[in-house]
Amino acid sequence: MARAIVNVPASARRGEIIEIKALVAHDMETGFRRTQLGALIPRNIITDFVCTYNGAEIFRAEFYPAIAANPYLAFTTRVTESGTIACTWTGDNGYSLTESAAITVA
Amino acid sequence: MIRGFTVLRSSGIALLLAAAAISASTAGIAPLGVDKTPRRSGYDFMGRETRAMQDDDAANPGMLWVLDGEALWSRKAGAAGRSCFDCHGDARSSMKGVAARYPAFDAARARPVNLEQRINICRSEQQNAPPLAYESKDLLALTAYVGRQSRGLPIAIAIDERTLPFLDAGRETFNRRQGQLNLSCAQCHDGNWGKRLAGNVIPQAHPTGYPLYRLEWQGVGSLQRRLRNCLVGTRTQAYDFGATELVDLELFLMWRARGMKIETPAVRP
Repeated sequence: MARAIVNVPASARRGEIIEIKALVAHDMETGFRRTQLGALIPRNIITDFVCTYNGAEIFRAEFYPAIAANPYLAFTTRVTESGTIACTWTGDNGYSLTESAAITVA
Repeated sequence: MIRGFTVLRSSGIALLLAAAAISASTAGIAPLGVDKTPRRSGYDFMGRETRAMQDDDAANPGMLWVLDGEALWSRKAGAAGRSCFDCHGDARSSMKGVAARYPAFDAARARPVNLEQRINICRSEQQNAPPLAYESKDLLALTAYVGRQSRGLPIAIAIDERTLPFLDAGRETFNRRQGQLNLSCAQCHDGNWGKRLAGNVIPQAHPTGYPLYRLEWQGVGSLQRRLRNCLVGTRTQAYDFGATELVDLELFLMWRARGMKIETPAVRP
């Protein structure tokens, strides 16, 4: 199942600043909510996000329980070379998901 | 130079006026107070940021469900071992405009069925698979995927002598005062749209973008979920998912929004 969308421009000029948009499907269960019977729903959130550009880390974020479900991040980077922009989300219960997008330097 | 510029400017204004006249006569974006009966999608009442979220497929969380639905479309299910694709082919062509026609009359059941029910009828009759639960991720994903194929197309509910009684029943529900607050749908959505209920603008209740991503839900939900929300809000005993009363109301609301453009998967606050 596709559970993440990473969007970058397919091509860009060298030196250009591009926007990277990363959207992931995740419940982001806070750990503070209770069921109708009063039992605590265990925390299940994404804790870390890392974006790499041809293997080199360009952006990192830490997530906390107050972040909404299906978190969306948009950030920018300067284009240096053709290659792959890969986003990895890791979290509670061994959660890990990587989605990547290719970019061509025109 | 200056003359040419003036001509350009005035023709530009003429074009703008023409565009304004068209939009005021068809539906949509006429400003408050200009047209007495303009029909406006909930989109028009949203903030700039929420509109931008809906407009950008990379930022619209509803697209996560659409992509799931795309995967489910070609997955074989049930004892028959058939997928949606095996009968319907590529949804991008075969499902184009379908969601704009639902709820539609089903001859075997002698009543209109909505898109969720149609998918479950297909599952039980063609795939020999158990029906998907209302509001389950899979059913919402399939509905969102089918609905997405009609984005931008006008709602085209066909009313004939078979569906007319159900349309009338839906209209009756819409106009009937009910619940502890003794409110009808029409009192808010016909009589007081554009005003505020607590902090929120009351929209006109045109179901143009279902199933949609509601920020309050932090997920995708169906029109019936929204209708049940409203019923609870007026302290009415909500009808069960799939109840005939809700389907009739859906039929009436879609007919009331006929001609407006499908936005699935929409984003709403």
